[in-house]
Amino acid sequence: MTQVGWRHLVAVLGVVFAIIPLLFVLSAALNPLGTLSSTELLPTGASTENFSKLFGSTGFPYWFVNSVVIAGVAASASVFLSALAAYAFSRRRFAGRRVGLMSLLLIQMFPQFLAVVAIFLMFSTITDLWPAFGFNTWWGMIFLYLGGALGVNTWLMKGFYDTIPKELDESAYVDGATHSQIFFKILLPLIAPILAVTGLLAFIGTINEFLIANVFLTEGTSKTLAVGLYGLIAGSRDTNFGMFCAGTLLTAIPTVGVFMYLQRYIVEGLSAGAVKG
Amino acid sequence: MTTQLGGSASRALPATDPGRGSEPAHRKERSVSAFGLAVKIVLLGLLVSFSVWAAFPLIAGEHWVGLGILVAATALLLYAYLTPRHIPAKYLLPGTVFLVIFQLFPVLYTASTAFTNFGDGHRGSKQDAVVAIQTASVTQVPGSTEYALSIATTGDPATGPIVFLITDPASKKVSVGDGFGLKELPAGDVTVTSSGKVTAARGYTVLNVGQASARSKEITEFVVPTAGGAIRSTGLSRAYEGKAGRVYDAATDSIRDTTSGKVWKADESLGAFVASDGEKLAQGWKVNVGFANFTRALTDDSISGPFLGTLVWNFVFAICSTGFTFLLGMFIAVALHSSRVRFRNLYRILLVLPYAMPSFAMLLVWRDMFNTDFGLINNLLGIHTNWFGGAMTARIAVILVQLWLGYPYMFLVCTGALQAIPGELVDATKVDGASPWKGFRAVTLPLLMIALTPLLISSFAFNFNNFNAIWLTTEGAPFPADNLTNGATDLLITYTYRLAFGASGAQYGFAAAISIFIFLIVAVVSTISFRRTRHQEEVYS
Repeated sequence: MTQVGWRHLVAVLGVVFAIIPLLFVLSAALNPLGTLSSTELLPTGASTENFSKLFGSTGFPYWFVNSVVIAGVAASASVFLSALAAYAFSRRRFAGRRVGLMSLLLIQMFPQFLAVVAIFLMFSTITDLWPAFGFNTWWGMIFLYLGGALGVNTWLMKGFYDTIPKELDESAYVDGATHSQIFFKILLPLIAPILAVTGLLAFIGTINEFLIANVFLTEGTSKTLAVGLYGLIAGSRDTNFGMFCAGTLLTAIPTVGVFMYLQRYIVEGLSAGAVKG
Repeated sequence: MTTQLGGSASRALPATDPGRGSEPAHRKERSVSAFGLAVKIVLLGLLVSFSVWAAFPLIAGEHWVGLGILVAATALLLYAYLTPRHIPAKYLLPGTVFLVIFQLFPVLYTASTAFTNFGDGHRGSKQDAVVAIQTASVTQVPGSTEYALSIATTGDPATGPIVFLITDPASKKVSVGDGFGLKELPAGDVTVTSSGKVTAARGYTVLNVGQASARSKEITEFVVPTAGGAIRSTGLSRAYEGKAGRVYDAATDSIRDTTSGKVWKADESLGAFVASDGEKLAQGWKVNVGFANFTRALTDDSISGPFLGTLVWNFVFAICSTGFTFLLGMFIAVALHSSRVRFRNLYRILLVLPYAMPSFAMLLVWRDMFNTDFGLINNLLGIHTNWFGGAMTARIAVILVQLWLGYPYMFLVCTGALQAIPGELVDATKVDGASPWKGFRAVTLPLLMIALTPLLISSFAFNFNNFNAIWLTTEGAPFPADNLTNGATDLLITYTYRLAFGASGAQYGFAAAISIFIFLIVAVVSTISFRRTRHQEEVYS
């Protein structure tokens, strides 16, 4: 009995640690006063006032749509781009392959957001020439995030490709398949677990990205959740706290949705990708 | 016969296999499906139309270099996808294009600024600095010319660039003035009232009173440089030409103050005008300073001391953040790795919840939970600790926050890795009479470590530069009383951010030098750890 008992104890303590801040957020979101100083751990009231204020008096609906679209498109596109590149690195032998793999890792290690001055200057020009891809646009932001598409993800995926027997695509080659048919019809379905994991990581990373978005998206309706919610409590921290927490809870919905959707692949992908990362 | 045999797959196969030569023709013909062809045509069509669309503004703006790059890039992409050769390139190019434009280029540009004094006061060319110094010193002197002024723009009334339309009181000629100087307008293009005010001008939008007063701050700061001084506005309808109190003399390459007679000589190595008593004018220009930024970080006592302290704390933070989350995550994963535990799935869902929450928001929530007066932590524990007030408590607090944010991920990863370890191995240790703890130490842990070390290294690299973790909680606080740039919880990255964009004035050049240091440190640590992982893998597998 003790052999199982300690396991339950550890799990319960872990859950308590995980839950306390979440309870606090929930309680603040339901708190009719909506201030930080009046918030307790357990909900003292139940009102949807914070939620209605959030939708009525801020740009929250816009921020939400912006975040979901930008993170969704950027994550899917970046997963696709790195799946393409990882295929070349895993299955093809070409000049510059090792150098390419190493430089991907190295470029990633440069603190990218310090290039934000350069990015700002660059996008000032782009905004002048092609406003559709400039500041405060979905496309500009997505393209900017796609700059980091190749990188750690490519490494993770390459590791996963390496675990798939080469004989599989070789036999397809014998049967007359083109390289693109091998990639799209044979390998892509097989690497679904790692696509799910990197997709989830990219989605979470993008939705949480604050710094570059803060420079890039300045107009009220173009902001993402990170930028918008931060602005909500930047000025009046105490009074808007309830609204902020309501927004936080709603922000978790897309992430949980993506997580649920990809769940069956995730554990498998995390472990398998890790083994040969 | 366009088949290109390349890559390992094809090399493994002889092109003509005598033993299986029954269908050689079938094998060599790569059947390109109609659907694939259609997709290719559509995508390349989109690429070409995009390039054509993008070319128009470049031609209109006469950006010939940009146009050249666009044409070359389009040609390269078309070539790569229209020939059957270069198969790896077909797969690498889409990501590489974005990598080069949006990551490599900005990073290289930033790295190159590490060798300059780029920052506040050193932004533009020497020419810009001279103009700025002269126009800033402009004052209205008795007898300076007064003009009737209309404010106009070439773009949107609320945001477009401002220009001054002024009428000379003697000649009644109208000129337009922008940041570069005055240009006379043809009389037929403008409508002028009897008082000399311009009401309309071809190619410009004259602002009405409301629009102009909304931008009055910009208008007050706006100056049109002229030969001996500059034109400034007084109110929204009058302008005067003032005399510059400080004048640039090209012969001696220096700035002279006309009233005091003081002289500042240009110093090309500093990018500033310096007087004989050492006084520097605030407005300088961008010059190459070589390794000065790098040596400054290492030798300047007021910087290198705090810098080393920050570096040590940065390591402690990254190691603790990664290590503690891993230990806790693994411990819980091991505890739940037994089919005898009921409600395992419920536990798992609850444990993973923090991972699903938006981390930027939860960092801000945690900051409030550590609030001294009404924070949850103090309330729950019944204490009154000023968490972010003391160096030690602030450090403990940020690591605790990292632990909360990070351990669900480690728990997930460990759960996955544990499932990949064959159960027979663990059972074998039991048969051999080892205690569960010893079995774990000798078999499970090493196997887990092999699987997870790459993830731990990348987690370390991520946490080493975890800007949000500090900026959204403590902002680097607490700060020592004598040093407001380098706080107790500052990581190198937040310290650098403050240097680059901080309130004390931007120092992009110096900040870029520090980010190169950060890059080198992370690169070296990661390389060494990856090497060690390789060895480990050879030992155990």
